[in-house]
Amino acid sequence: MTGHMFIQTTMVVCMHVVGLAMLLATWRLLRGPTVPDRILALDTLSVTAIAELMLFGMYLNSAVYFEAALIIAMLGFGSTVVLSKFVLRRDIVE
Amino acid sequence: MITFIQIVLSILLLFGCFFILVGALGLVKLSTFFKRLHAPTKASTLGVGCVLVGSVCYHIFLGEDPQPRELLITVFLFITAPISAHMMAKAALSLLMETRPELPGHKTAKEEQLPPPEPRRDDADADDAKAPISRDSQ
Repeated sequence: MTGHMFIQTTMVVCMHVVGLAMLLATWRLLRGPTVPDRILALDTLSVTAIAELMLFGMYLNSAVYFEAALIIAMLGFGSTVVLSKFVLRRDIVE
Repeated sequence: MITFIQIVLSILLLFGCFFILVGALGLVKLSTFFKRLHAPTKASTLGVGCVLVGSVCYHIFLGEDPQPRELLITVFLFITAPISAHMMAKAALSLLMETRPELPGHKTAKEEQLPPPEPRRDDADADDAKAPISRDSQ
């Protein structure tokens, strides 16, 4: 087993584990009894999507997925804050 | 031939993935929202940080394009995760405000509160009573 194959196998295993984490977060998003649960599940989904994209970029050895991960990070934070603000005040732009 | 840096990178990636999975499991298994809030905001952030540091090291040591750009996402996530957790906790608190238990000794707490709104209602009644008088005087 060469070193390159070793680290590629590790990346595939990690991608499967992170995909399982995304499935668990999706389950909480669909089932969540309250609205903040769904917001939290969306936030977790964006965070795990960043990890999955970076692992995929490492696996394919391309830098394209960095921009996608950065945009998901920024939009995930913005959407979390805006959704929480909506739950808090029933209004976004006051 | 597996070099030392590849073993370290693999351990870093598996560590990060383990913490991401722990965060998602906590999101599913814990009982109330305020317990669930802890798992993804701390464990998943640590796991993503480990994966991103692993990506930086991979591109520096084994890739062709050594630029530490992933540190941008790491710093951004580590700054924004507590803020979003705080906002979600505030939102959940505002929804659960009616079902929260009363303060211990809440009767004396009510007595020590700011003056109740009855005097203001009296003032409003007095204003209403004053208005016809002024109209009569005119």
